Amino acid sequence: MRGRLRVLHAGPGTTLQDSGRHGYLRYGVTPAGPMDWTAFRTANFALGNDERAAAIEIPPGGVEVICENVPLWVAFAGGAFVWRRGGVTLPIATRLHLQPGESLAARAGADGAFAYLAAAGGFDTPAVMGSRATHLRSGMGGIEGRMLRAGDVLPVAAPAREPDGEALIDAPWLARDSDPFRVVLGPQDDYFTAESLTEFFAGTFTLTAAADRMAYRFDGPDIAHARGHDIVSDGVALGAIQIPGDRKPLVLMADRQPTGGYPKLGHVARADIGRLAQMRPGEGCRFRAVSVAEARLALLSREDEISTTQQRLRPLRGVFTSQALFEANLIGGVIDPLE
Amino acid sequence: MTNELVPRYLLAGESALVVEFGAIIDPKLHDRVLALDAAVQQANISGVTETVPTYRSLMIHFDPRILTTDALIATLSRLAMPSKAHREGRQRWHIPVCYESPHSEDISEIVSLSGLLPARIFDLHQGACYRVYMYGFAPGFAFLGGLPRELTIPRRAAPRAPVLPGALLIAAGQALIASCAMPTGWYAIGRTPVKMFDPRRTQAFLLGIGDEICFERIDGAAFDALARAAEAGESCARSEILEEP
Repeated sequence: MRGRLRVLHAGPGTTLQDSGRHGYLRYGVTPAGPMDWTAFRTANFALGNDERAAAIEIPPGGVEVICENVPLWVAFAGGAFVWRRGGVTLPIATRLHLQPGESLAARAGADGAFAYLAAAGGFDTPAVMGSRATHLRSGMGGIEGRMLRAGDVLPVAAPAREPDGEALIDAPWLARDSDPFRVVLGPQDDYFTAESLTEFFAGTFTLTAAADRMAYRFDGPDIAHARGHDIVSDGVALGAIQIPGDRKPLVLMADRQPTGGYPKLGHVARADIGRLAQMRPGEGCRFRAVSVAEARLALLSREDEISTTQQRLRPLRGVFTSQALFEANLIGGVIDPLE
Repeated sequence: MTNELVPRYLLAGESALVVEFGAIIDPKLHDRVLALDAAVQQANISGVTETVPTYRSLMIHFDPRILTTDALIATLSRLAMPSKAHREGRQRWHIPVCYESPHSEDISEIVSLSGLLPARIFDLHQGACYRVYMYGFAPGFAFLGGLPRELTIPRRAAPRAPVLPGALLIAAGQALIASCAMPTGWYAIGRTPVKMFDPRRTQAFLLGIGDEICFERIDGAAFDALARAAEAGESCARSEILEEP
């Protein structure tokens, strides 16, 4: 029997995401995909999933889900959210074996803007143009192209093999630090004065409330254009730093349009995109120029680190496990024996 | 001055590269973008994941695990540029358009901005031959060049309420076909019942980049009939392969 996870509560902006809708950028199709690819991939790898498997992306509003019919292996990782099974608070990144009738809840904690909940085998909703990623603006992917809501039932594909036990996910690469975000200059760095480029790398920027899956708008020193702020539209890649007429940087994120008409000073290195995605409005950051070769090596080493997720798992002991919960009689009452 | 025959390779992070041929909207420049696009697809370069042609440049997305920016530039500079490959399969589309009320939603504003009478505005828009330069904004949202100069009007200072899917828009010397409801800074001159994007069709996106478009005028009754057929999944647009000049 196929596993199912039912949504009991989903805060605004909760969506299903896979690694993105690729191959249709030339037709104006936004790739979507996870805001923090590092946390998304960590949760999938902890279960032995493919890096493309669909998972639930959870903003600060949180979620609550319940395992419906058969036991399910799930894993979560991301910002420092508060995760609870029954009455017990869990580590911020954990692999669990949920029993039928057992529920799991997440809400925003100390820091971070997104967490990911993956299931072994991946959530198996209908793919649209090769992807299950939800893009709300075009109403594509996920469940009916919309946010998840209470009552939604997410089917789970059969996993290639069962994980071998509940575990704590030790993922130091998801720790937050205040290192400047690495930036590769281009393609329109020549649209800015030398002084404004210096200003950009010297200044501190604050994430404004205008931060969504499409773009993060920052406040900080003015970044002046040397030759106007309108360009003939060209392609846009993840992490592009656009400087529109108001001279404030706008970093383009997962739901960016594939083309755009403002000068792009540079691109945030993909290795740092996850950490940037986890910022909350009001938090500050800095930027540091690196070569394209350095950005590439940073990405490769980040990917290498994440690929060690399985080896770094540690058994989940004591009060966190299902067994302990059963013994404490915390969840026994909610299991329907007929299911 | 940049030499337009030698493209500029511009960095777009560690996972994409922009090959820029110029900074203006021009069919010859766009032909060079499409020629490179065809050459890159033909060469089947390991690590290249997708390409995005625009008015003036080609964005090449790649997997940095397989390819470096330097290796990609070296491969591109050695690439033989087939002079006609990008023209093969180019089509001319005949797209039905209704200019009657309520489909010509913003005509009164276009009249006051252009100083032309409605009949003249519709004749000019319908009589021109357009080229699909690129997609943007949303799936199937096509940017067209070829709008007659008399219809050059500025963009709105602030976006208007969402236009209907199929709305034909003009502003800033360009024309657009809207594929979905969206707020816009442009002006709606008419509307086509044809769906530019329908994921149910084998050909989800009707128009190829570089294709030509002619508009054919239909009345409100024909619009309604075609809209029903389009809703049922028909393309409702004719096309022929363009002959080489």
